[in-house]
Amino acid sequence: MSDTGIGARLERKEDHRFITGAGQYTDDINVKNQAYGFFLLSPHAHAEINGIDKSDAEAASGVLAVFTGDDVEGELGGLICGWMIKCKDGSDMKAGGHPVLAQGKVRYVGDHVALIVADSLAEAKAAGELINVDYNVLEACVETGKTQDKEAPQIHDVAPNNLIYDWEIGDKAATDAAFKEAAHVTSLDLVNNRLVPNAMEPRAAIGAYDAGQDAYTLHTTSQNPHVVRLVMSAFIGVAPEHKLRVIAPDVGGGFGSKIFIYAEETACIWAAKKVGRPIKWVAERSQSFLNDAHGRDHVSHVELALNKDGKILGLRAKTVANLGAYMSTFSSSVPTYLYATLLSGQYDIPAIYAEVDAVYTNTAPVDAYRGAGRPEACYVVERLMETAARELKLDPAEIRTRNFVSEYPHQTPVIMAYDTGDFNASLDKALKMADYKNIDKRKAASAKKNKLRGVGFSTYIEACGIAPSAAVGSLGAGVGLWESAEIRVNPTGSVVVFTGSHSHGQGHETTFAQLVSERLGMPADQVEIVHGDTEKVQFGMGTYGSRSAAVGMSAINVGLAKVEAKATALAAHLMEADGGDVEFKDGIFSVKATNKSMAFGEVALAAYIAHNLPEGMEPGLKDAAFYDPNNFTFPAGCHICEVEIDKDTGVTEVVNYVAVDDFGTVINPMIVEGQVHGGIAQGIGQALTEACVYDTDSGQLVTGSYMDYCMPRADNVPSFEIGFTETKCTSNELGIKGCGEAGAIAAPAAVMNAITDALGVVDVPMPATSQTVWQAMQAAG
Amino acid sequence: MPKVSMTVNGRAVSGEVEGRTLLVEFLRENLGLTGTHVGCDTSQCGACVVHVDGKAVKACTSLALQNDGIDVTTIEGLAANGKLHPMQEAFRTHHGLQCGFCTPGMIMSAVDIVNRLGKVDEASIRKELDGNICRCTGYHNIVKAIEAAAQNMG
Repeated sequence: MSDTGIGARLERKEDHRFITGAGQYTDDINVKNQAYGFFLLSPHAHAEINGIDKSDAEAASGVLAVFTGDDVEGELGGLICGWMIKCKDGSDMKAGGHPVLAQGKVRYVGDHVALIVADSLAEAKAAGELINVDYNVLEACVETGKTQDKEAPQIHDVAPNNLIYDWEIGDKAATDAAFKEAAHVTSLDLVNNRLVPNAMEPRAAIGAYDAGQDAYTLHTTSQNPHVVRLVMSAFIGVAPEHKLRVIAPDVGGGFGSKIFIYAEETACIWAAKKVGRPIKWVAERSQSFLNDAHGRDHVSHVELALNKDGKILGLRAKTVANLGAYMSTFSSSVPTYLYATLLSGQYDIPAIYAEVDAVYTNTAPVDAYRGAGRPEACYVVERLMETAARELKLDPAEIRTRNFVSEYPHQTPVIMAYDTGDFNASLDKALKMADYKNIDKRKAASAKKNKLRGVGFSTYIEACGIAPSAAVGSLGAGVGLWESAEIRVNPTGSVVVFTGSHSHGQGHETTFAQLVSERLGMPADQVEIVHGDTEKVQFGMGTYGSRSAAVGMSAINVGLAKVEAKATALAAHLMEADGGDVEFKDGIFSVKATNKSMAFGEVALAAYIAHNLPEGMEPGLKDAAFYDPNNFTFPAGCHICEVEIDKDTGVTEVVNYVAVDDFGTVINPMIVEGQVHGGIAQGIGQALTEACVYDTDSGQLVTGSYMDYCMPRADNVPSFEIGFTETKCTSNELGIKGCGEAGAIAAPAAVMNAITDALGVVDVPMPATSQTVWQAMQAAG
Repeated sequence: MPKVSMTVNGRAVSGEVEGRTLLVEFLRENLGLTGTHVGCDTSQCGACVVHVDGKAVKACTSLALQNDGIDVTTIEGLAANGKLHPMQEAFRTHHGLQCGFCTPGMIMSAVDIVNRLGKVDEASIRKELDGNICRCTGYHNIVKAIEAAAQNMG
């Protein structure tokens, strides 16, 4: 069924409910007799709690209960970080406790101090103002580069000098030797600016306890409901796993921020049993700014060693990564195994050494945000490459081609082994699409209009399709990263797929159906995809790390093979043929060299009617698979950005943006293009407009709303030119690499390379707002 | 408590509200019309856009009582007699949505843009969408959808 199969630009099934206002997001759901939860958050960046007087709040109108850290003590474990990272000396990372409600101390503005539950939200909020917290305010440190200083306040007792871990990867001796013999060294001090993910749907939860069934139901805006259930049962102790149902209904974007297990949903589900009523909590946007896990926040000193022909001899990086006041669920892995393992980029680099210090500061916890470590790596590598090209007076495309990996598989010095790729193909295509050969003409034309035009490259590679379970286990992950699927064929021939993946914008209800359509030869509208409910789907690790096509679809693919095998055996029996003589194509089973055939639907019905099954065959037609990838996948490509900068105001416009990406097999090009568009926009946001700022004196979040945090609007980005090249991924049968994060990974480097080209300066910090660019122009003279 | 009456999606409705009740709260909670979304608290994101007397209004910045006696259309009322509005069709055809959360407000704003400016060009569309934030699509396909719908709207 090629018109609804792999490669079809099929319109999305899920769109109908979204364009008619019939989506069911968590805040759209109301549970009988629900009460409302509101959190009292710390106004201080760092303070001891001497005492909390909640008596006035408890007595206020409509209030059912007020809970604080004292109430959860002994009942709930803390929020966990599930990835152990070891220090250079082999010791464990220093993970300070993260209670669900603050105990003894608050460590960032927004730290959760109390949960107020009332009949209405207005009453809960009003009661919040009646809680009296006796704080002893302490010095706070919000600066990544200063928090390890002697004078900085100690945030967690277990982490002296606020150092969580000092980690390293690569070969220090070989890298030092490479730098010694280098004809040229390029060095940069780079800041990867802190961002707030800002999915448009604020986080929300409804926690409910059914006393009659002794069972819990949690609605939550999560990218991975089963992981929520596992963590809440096995680590936090909210409820036994088999008594806890977690439902992630329609979720309005995640970008990583909805992976983690947060205080709010944990407190709500626990408190629901205490008060005897369901509790609904919805974040206001200002709470989202304070409490959603933030992203990025690296400070790095990086160097590239080259020979006189511009061939790379070695790369080294020293990075300080801010993890915030507490270690969030995956935080430790982001600046280590999701970052430094990509420092080889698309290049054949003989020696690499990277050191990463992860630190505590009095800021919100930092964790994975679209790209999660790979935007940071791409920024380091591609800014170094472009800068080296300028220093060596080499064309930026030329320096790349001199260094591209050309033989596969390619083992990098930093764990990753690239399975396949063709970096020259994407570069060449991008150069054509960007009309690169005429860039000087365009620069001259811009100059006549009093504008500076610049062009920047970003030839990125990333590792996604996470991940082979044993591999990540050996690197410290607490869980495996496989995926699951159950394929149920109905008697009347339609199919329902239960997937452990979750869709919060990615269009899985359509793309997963396209895979089934392709393999079983039926129209995609005969295929239903079910996800997001732990009562319906057996177990899944969820959606993040661009894994759902590579891993989620591979699980479906394996399940489909099992279903096809049984159906083939039954068809053979029904057609009195040998199994080996039966072929299955376009939904029809046929016997070779005869005109006998049966449609898939007929075989399915026969399986359920069960009047004539082969000896030993059970009735029914359904099967399941758990799929564990055997490698990461490696999407890669070439992005070329052109900017025009107004010489008087510093206003920077992205006037052209070309992206050529190799994602391997593409299931639905329309959806994949959309993923690239969205990722590029987020990358342009990081480069030009977005900055999460904490005041260095008070520790207050200055950029606490859309008034101060500049989200890219439609007129901050151009229309994009998207192209594809294809080398099929060799580690899964479908040949899929994945596409969800590529735009966000590649774009910041492309934009900043363009701006530095336009201005003729070495570095401009992100975000390159008009003020920042104007100042850079003044400094350059 | 004060009472408010208005016409919503062609139907006369009324309810008891507080003085401070926002139009978006009245729509979502009193009337159960949850298609209009709340995405921020500073009136910037546009997820709450509805039509009040035929013009785009942010329902988070309008009090329910301000709209007494007025005609309100929400996303749920855009389709007529079971037939989708050309703007809704265009968003689907051109993949102008991903997670769908900004979409109701985006569509309502888009209809208003075309109502006012007719067959509007890309640069104008991008400028006019200043009050609607999308985090998923990068706006590329939203612009294409609006350009296409503008050709199909009267």
